[in-house]
Formats: sequence, C-alpha cells, structure tokens
Amino acid sequence: MGLLDKQFTDDNIVVTNVEDLFNWARLSSLWQMSFGLACCAIEMMATSASHYDFDRFGVMPRPSPRQADLIIISGTVTLKMALRIKRLYEQMPDPKYVISMGSCSNCGGPYWEHGYHVLKGVDRVIPVDVYVPGCPPRPEALLEGLLKLQEKIRNESMVKKSA
Amino acid sequence: MKSPEEIFQILKNNFGDSIIELKKDLPAESFIIINSLMIDKVCLFLRDDKELLFDSLMNLSGVDDANGQSINDEEGGLKIIGGTLSVYYHIESTKLGHKICLKVSSPRENPIVNSVYYIWRHSDWHEREAFDLLGIKFQNHPDLRRILMPYDWEAGHPLRKDYRNPEFYQGMKVPY
Repeated sequence: MGLLDKQFTDDNIVVTNVEDLFNWARLSSLWQMSFGLACCAIEMMATSASHYDFDRFGVMPRPSPRQADLIIISGTVTLKMALRIKRLYEQMPDPKYVISMGSCSNCGGPYWEHGYHVLKGVDRVIPVDVYVPGCPPRPEALLEGLLKLQEKIRNESMVKKSA
Repeated sequence: MKSPEEIFQILKNNFGDSIIELKKDLPAESFIIINSLMIDKVCLFLRDDKELLFDSLMNLSGVDDANGQSINDEEGGLKIIGGTLSVYYHIESTKLGHKICLKVSSPRENPIVNSVYYIWRHSDWHEREAFDLLGIKFQNHPDLRRILMPYDWEAGHPLRKDYRNPEFYQGMKVPY
C-alpha cells in the first residue's frame, strides 16, 4: 500500500508522508459518475453489481459530476453527446480521472469509417487516463483498467505533474 | 381480409390517377405507388374505410433511390443530380388482419411529401427521422426538426448517397 510500509512507533500512530496518504485516500475511494452510454454501460453495471462488486475497490456511483472523481466513458460517443461529456468533465472537481471503456470510446470502434455521427475517440475532447479495450470489455477487463488507474494514482506526485 | 390486388382496385376506384401502380410478384411484398401529394388523403381513406380499416402504421422509412445522374464534382466526390427520394409506408389492419406497403416518390431537388401525422400519430418521429437523414420535407408536419443529428448540423442529410461528412463539427475533428 505504501502507507503501511512505514514504521509503527505507537499503537495509534502511522508515520507516512502527505503524498502517500493523499494518493492512498484518492485511489481507495474513486467515486464514479453514474453515467453510461451504450452496451458497454451494461457491462459497467454488471461490474458494479454483486458478482464483480466495484464497491470493494471503493468505486460507487454518484449522480452528480460535482461529487465524482472518475468518469467511465462506457460506450459510443456521438458528436451530439461529445459536447455534453466535455461539459460534465469540466464540472467535475479536481483531481479527476477518465477511463475510456471499449473500442468505440477508444477510437470509434466499428463506426470508424462510416459512422457519420460518431466521435472517433473520446480523447479528442477530454484527456483519458486508462483505455480499456474490448467490444464490450468483460467486467474483469474493466476491473483491470481500474487497477491500472489505481496504480497510476499511487505514483502521482503533488509537486510534479504526472500526465 | 383483402389481397393487395383488391386493395389496389378499391383505391383505384376512389382516387383514379393518384394511384399510380401496383408492383407485385416481387421477392418481397407487393406495394402500391401513390402520388406524393395525395398520400395523406389516401391514407385517411385507408384508415377509415369500413372494408380496409388500416389502423396501424408499422413503419415509415425514407430511401435514397440514387437513380439520378452521377457526376464527380471538382473535389473528387460523388454528386447526384435529378432522380427521386422515396418514402415507404408499411401499414396493417389489426382488426381485419391484412397488410399493404405504399410507396411515394418525390424529386431529389425539392422532395415534398404530405405528412400522415394527423392520421397515424406515431408517424411523428418517423417523419422527423426521414427528414433528418434524407431531407424529405413532410408538408403539414407540425414540428419538422432534426431528431438524431444535432440541431445545428449544417453538412446536410447523412443517408443521401452523395453526402459528405464535414472535417469539423464544433471544433471536433470528424473523420478518423
């Protein structure tokens, strides 16, 4: 964990540094914006449900961007939706993270050539931290993506810009 | 229950020249071609006549026939001049159990078709879709706006065969 590597000097005292503490707190309670776009959202809901249980990683849905740390772009981003996604992202408070889930939001997916209405990758409007491939990705793949994001947050620095 | 031939004969007796042709012996179901500016009157008759009672519009879809003259314009893209756009109506009588398909065609440069909104209310969004994707103008429709594409989409109607996607929309790059 990084936090508990440090020495115990008393029963109730853990010695650590602010950076590790903040990173640990952030990665352990990533509140996700409850928001889904297409078939990937079904897999995302399955990941949230009891069988795969997103909640054991501290991920739980929040219905407002103001209370969310993480937005999972789960599905096809149409041009019409892209403007709304950008606005939602801008409404989220820092620090904020983005998981792009599935081929459509990674790069346009099956709509890459003839999809006149599809944005070819959500990274054209917002910065993406982790890309999860698949069409749609299985819940295990999304969990792997989340673990990758946690790994990224764990190594963040307060003074150095990470991305 | 009436066959397509019987339905065609009833319409022909009531509307004469507005009923253009019955196409039958196709691999798909038979259809009747109707004048695009008479379609609303014909449909009202089809719905209310005691022998026909077509109470349900199962589907309404627009088609780009692409039967005009194809030319390559200066930018190397396809452009179609002349020809028609069509609308197909699949209707059913749930009381009498018969079905028929109607077709209207309208010139590509100014495609005007009368709306059947006031006859089958569920044609509302179907007509808006045909307007959005093919640019068919439904006369007397009360709210003919785009339904799928953004309201400020200026590049035209995407399902036309000579449609070309724009480079940018609201600052976002559109092509791959």
